[in-house]
Amino acid sequence: MEEFSRLLDELYFTNSTLAKEKILANYLMSTPDPDRGWALAAIAGTLSFDLFKRNLSKSLIIERMDPELFQLSYDYVGELSETIALAWQQSENPVLMSRLPSLSEIIVEFQSRGKEGIRQYLVQLLDNMTPPQRWALLKLGTRGLRIGMSARSVKRTLANMKSVDLEVIEELWHGIEPPYEDLFAWIEGRADIPDISNSIRYLPVMLAHPIDEEKDLERITPATHMAEWKWDGIRVQISSNLDETKIFSRTGDDISGSFPDLVEAVDFQAVVDGELLIKTQEGIGSFNDLQQRLNKKKPSAKLIKERPAHFRGYDILSKDGENLRSLPLDERRLALQRLYENLNQDRFSISKQLEFKDVDDLKQMREEADKSNGLLEGLMIKYRQSTYVSGRPKHAWYKWKCDPYLLDAVLMYAQRGHGKRSSYYSDYTFGLWNDAGELLPIGKAYFGFTDEELKQIDNWIRKNKLKRFGPVQEVKKELVFEVAFDSAHESTRHKSGYALRFPRIHRIRWDKPAGEANVIEDLAKLVQ
Amino acid sequence: MASAEEWMQIRPQGLYCVPADSYIDPHEPVHRAIITHGHADHARPGHGQVIATEETQAIMQVRYAGDAPERILLGYGQNHAVTPTVNLWFAPAGHVLGSAQAVLEYNNHRIVISGDYKRHPDPTCKPFEVVQCDTFITEATFALPVFSHPKLEDEMAKVLRSLEVFPERTHLIGVYALGKCQRVMKTLRQAGYEKPFYLHGALISLTELYEGCGYDFGEWIPASDLKGKAREEMRGKVVLAPPSTLADRWSRTLPDMLPIMASGWMQIRARARQRRAEMALIVSDHADWQDLITTVEETQAKEVWITHGRTDALEYELKRRGIKAKALDLIGREEEVE
Repeated sequence: MEEFSRLLDELYFTNSTLAKEKILANYLMSTPDPDRGWALAAIAGTLSFDLFKRNLSKSLIIERMDPELFQLSYDYVGELSETIALAWQQSENPVLMSRLPSLSEIIVEFQSRGKEGIRQYLVQLLDNMTPPQRWALLKLGTRGLRIGMSARSVKRTLANMKSVDLEVIEELWHGIEPPYEDLFAWIEGRADIPDISNSIRYLPVMLAHPIDEEKDLERITPATHMAEWKWDGIRVQISSNLDETKIFSRTGDDISGSFPDLVEAVDFQAVVDGELLIKTQEGIGSFNDLQQRLNKKKPSAKLIKERPAHFRGYDILSKDGENLRSLPLDERRLALQRLYENLNQDRFSISKQLEFKDVDDLKQMREEADKSNGLLEGLMIKYRQSTYVSGRPKHAWYKWKCDPYLLDAVLMYAQRGHGKRSSYYSDYTFGLWNDAGELLPIGKAYFGFTDEELKQIDNWIRKNKLKRFGPVQEVKKELVFEVAFDSAHESTRHKSGYALRFPRIHRIRWDKPAGEANVIEDLAKLVQ
Repeated sequence: MASAEEWMQIRPQGLYCVPADSYIDPHEPVHRAIITHGHADHARPGHGQVIATEETQAIMQVRYAGDAPERILLGYGQNHAVTPTVNLWFAPAGHVLGSAQAVLEYNNHRIVISGDYKRHPDPTCKPFEVVQCDTFITEATFALPVFSHPKLEDEMAKVLRSLEVFPERTHLIGVYALGKCQRVMKTLRQAGYEKPFYLHGALISLTELYEGCGYDFGEWIPASDLKGKAREEMRGKVVLAPPSTLADRWSRTLPDMLPIMASGWMQIRARARQRRAEMALIVSDHADWQDLITTVEETQAKEVWITHGRTDALEYELKRRGIKAKALDLIGREEEVE
């Protein structure tokens, strides 16, 4: 447990992703089974059970601490586990331990106990621990660890340990379970790769290249390529063996919990690839609608009813246990259509193929997408003979996105960035003018500029500071950015009433007077 | 016997003693100021007469050169009749070099104004002495049960361990110029760090002042003496600089810099992250929760006034223990400076 606590502290305080991966790899190499597997699960968020309830730790601290003082402390610290870890008072007659149990001993012990036993054991552990160890235990026990390490980063750590491609780990990941002894045996060369043929698993997805209009367009004919809309939802993979269904994000994160309505509607044994959208009787919802459901681990019945999840399929990777990935796209599409014959149309639709005679037709369709205000991001153009290969194979799939919208906005606030940009002002909030001549913020962007431009902007900000609000630095309203974005929609998050999708800095208009930047009305026109 | 309310007042300039016609740590210029210690939020320039310990006077001279009012230097325990009816003396506060509790005696009543203080050991100043009194005026910077300051040796061991594991990294510790800097250097020496320290320019004059008072920190080198390639020698060594440099351009010139922050606030994780520290050392110049309560009880004061910090929690706890307490919430005290 000491090592685990130290690991979490190190990860928590380290900023760079690379350094975090190094720290985790060192821990995994130097720690025995099964402790390292449990630690890995805690960090990757794959533990499937709580050791104790969050409420238990809260009621324990209330019992041994004045409630008023607890409340003042909690308000100040702002986080329950840390408040408890710091304010914990040892029991009057503590049961002292000669050594702290190992991580796996702790997990086994909690799981073997009933309610009262769990309570006693938790008190005993907290009595014997330092504040950082208590914090680690409380976070582990209630699965609340946030140490700034993504599931992808954890997998990359493992891939580097074994010197294999990330895809290999991603494919394995959903077929193996904590404490991952089979995984480590394979990494250390003591065993074969874990057999996951029977489990529901994520298959790394195939990605598209942005089209090069000069070189690629001439390759495209209706005989060799198919075209479809590029939908503005999120890319997902549904994997089901009839007993169990999972929905994975593009990066292999299991997001089934957020979309129980869709999971329930699945009654096939297949792995399909497509776009997750919101669809009501009025049609497809905006990305904003979808966003309401993303990251909600347990969506309410009301939310599900108002914003039902819908799957628009465009590929099929396996059917009834048979791998279809080596078939050409045309044949996979036929298999997909056969699968769809029996599906509920409220929940499932096919991303239909668009008819075209030549590239001019495609150009016209892309302009149509342009007018959809973000519902369509553009076109997908796929080589009919392409097999399904994970990663980004050349000349197989192209994406041809709509031109972005552009507006001139005025820089209002800046924040310092992270990682290699730390200490530079690299996050910018910008706004447009209203009728009364006030600037109202419409969005925030932190990319689109070169390192050299970053330094110039940083320098400008340092010379033009106004007030500071915590980490947020207000600046003189004098610098104009040409901001690019894919769409805009109404939003209550910003004072202006609008939010931008995928905003980035297109150009810095050093030359432009702030008074000549765009007005809110210009943005309102785009939304209509 | 007069009650404290009758002869102490809260005025816009700060805490005021009526029969002594003096302010204690006022935050605006006044005709006569009793200064407990040299931190900028307690010792401000522009007063007429300043009464303080010799060390605090020297610190103020470094900070406010040319600010030369009438200065009265008072050693610890030395009596001074501020006015014919009020006797003043200083007791060590254990906070920084020269820090003092101001003891005011008037009409058979004794008030102790603690200024900032701590009870944990500090090899760079005299330890806190308990003075029994009728009214104790205390700070409350870390007055929450979540603040329990760990042993300084354990915190310094973190640095030594890291120097071993990352000998290629420049260990930059963010410290305040007065007190924290010297305490960290001294305790690192005691823990066995033998290489030179590298000091940011803002820390040098006060460190020299400490040396003039007989404190030895071993070899240290002004960081600005090293330019370009010469900075490579800082790898695997300790550089000290003001906290603001951790996230600023100055620190980017250090080779493979590891940002470390030394402060009492580091007990709270989010605070450490805000500072962009990759290592947090809990080093506080203030009393923690338990020490605040213990100190109040040891003074046997019948009444306690609380000047600044987490005043509500301390007031609540003292009342719970049957001690008459009230929060003054003096303005002008900076949260970040400790």
